[in-house]
Amino acid sequence: MSVILAFAEQRNNTFRKTAFEVAGTAARLAGDMGGQAVALVAGADVEGMGPELGKYGVSTVKALSDASFKDYTGESYATAVCEAAKTLDAKVILFPASSMGKDLAPRVAALLGCGMASDCIELKVEDGNLSAKRPLYGGKVHAWVTATTDSFVLTLRPNVFTAEAGSGGDAAVDKLDGPAAVAGGQASLKEILQEASGKIDLTEANIIVAGGRGMKGPENYKFLEELAGLLKGAVGASRAAVDSGWRPHSDQVGQTGKTVSPTLYIACGISGAIQHLAGMSSSKFIVAINKDADAPIFKVSDYGVVGDLFEVIPALIEQAKKL
Amino acid sequence: MNIVVCIKHVPDTESKIKITPEGDSIDSAALEYIVNPYDEFAVEEALKIKEAKGGEVTVLCLGPESATKTIRTALAMGADKAVHIKDETFLRDPSSTAEILTSALREIPHDIIFFGKQSVDGDNAQIGLMVATLLQVPAVSEIVSMECGDSSAVVKRSIEGGIEVFEAPFPAVFTAQKGLNEPRYASLKGIMAAKKKPIEERELSDAAPKTSIKGFVYPPERPAGKIVGEGAEAVPTLFELLQNEAKVL
Repeated sequence: MSVILAFAEQRNNTFRKTAFEVAGTAARLAGDMGGQAVALVAGADVEGMGPELGKYGVSTVKALSDASFKDYTGESYATAVCEAAKTLDAKVILFPASSMGKDLAPRVAALLGCGMASDCIELKVEDGNLSAKRPLYGGKVHAWVTATTDSFVLTLRPNVFTAEAGSGGDAAVDKLDGPAAVAGGQASLKEILQEASGKIDLTEANIIVAGGRGMKGPENYKFLEELAGLLKGAVGASRAAVDSGWRPHSDQVGQTGKTVSPTLYIACGISGAIQHLAGMSSSKFIVAINKDADAPIFKVSDYGVVGDLFEVIPALIEQAKKL
Repeated sequence: MNIVVCIKHVPDTESKIKITPEGDSIDSAALEYIVNPYDEFAVEEALKIKEAKGGEVTVLCLGPESATKTIRTALAMGADKAVHIKDETFLRDPSSTAEILTSALREIPHDIIFFGKQSVDGDNAQIGLMVATLLQVPAVSEIVSMECGDSSAVVKRSIEGGIEVFEAPFPAVFTAQKGLNEPRYASLKGIMAAKKKPIEERELSDAAPKTSIKGFVYPPERPAGKIVGEGAEAVPTLFELLQNEAKVL
């Protein structure tokens, strides 16, 4: 029986939301392909985390539990994940398209010598064969990709594949030994600098409030911060705002920034250049606020408000306070 | 210090991308090509290291005949020489790209190999990490800062909610994220000098693709939305719609 392996990402012994998305997708694929879904969790003392993944349809969890896996390092994680995939003879190996997953998956694919598809947004199984839909050219077109090798490595875009806890019981946990025997040189982690706690990452946010050139200057983003705080969302920015030095690059949404799929995207003073639209048009609902009624952003928006940002945004903040 | 920068010739990010009528490829006739934007950060970082520590910067490009334009741009910025592996394959499978670059890199002296974090056409973000794995050298992807020593570099990469600081001994691979530096523009003098810099052509080595593109589709079109109203007066209606129609608040 073919194994669908899900890399369940954790940091500081807490699963990322994407871990459940990847585990749930592995379980669905196992059903469609007639295989078994197995999850893999790597870290220090992570055996105890494994059973929870049973709720997402995974019956078995392999725990790479070793002090050497406490923090992510590409070379050792890739070596260990590759060994596990080989031992299980995994046919499909799923990772989140997160910072960790994007760094890890290509290394694993290279070690296994198999094909890989990045940042997948839809999967289908036909006659037992898996195809993945993924965006190219910053999302301006999508392509269906298949592997020509026995195994297939995929990264899944966060927030696209649903993760709902079902009624499944605890998964059985099987501990694997570390540390990994890495061939060749290794980078070593010196430290992790934490950003202010409570900040929601753009790619994982359910609600994004984004500002563009229309915000007129860096000082005005405090209004967006306040609105995002009230809506429990994150603040994003257009390339124009980032290139003007108003916001850090990590806030940029678009083709040379992040691609996001929140439930609600509120674009404030963003005209809607093609490279921005590429990064946010897969949002479930889009609200645009712009003084120019002809701005292209209104063509992709579900709801639009034409007007002065500095009148509309304070009104939004007042309404959000009543929620 | 021997520094190699892998660069790619890609359509401008402002381009409209059209699928061919058969749905099996992209209509590339009308596209304007540029240096992959992330590769410019990679070239800039290489030049900064060369200026600080001495050495030589080689650009390596797998791409069509027309990619000579992109190679000349990197040379005009200040790279010393180039290796061009000519390949007319459109949207080549990333695994095979990585294998071809790896075999070329085995013959080019390198302490540091830079890539852009991804190309803006294929958007795979796989090649640099695959090449490092095949060469069995350390890699740090999506770096936003770099302090280069004589035998190792300390680099930072942004992750969700923080920054990881890694030290990688050379030889090592780094992939450049926006924010690493401000790429310089080529000076007129640089452009003139680039014309005389050597571009060595290498034969394309065999590498079997490991994935196959079955077809292209456009993203689903978003249905036309509605203008809720003008100015601050529209906000209560907007919230009403978000709560009761869209059900997202």
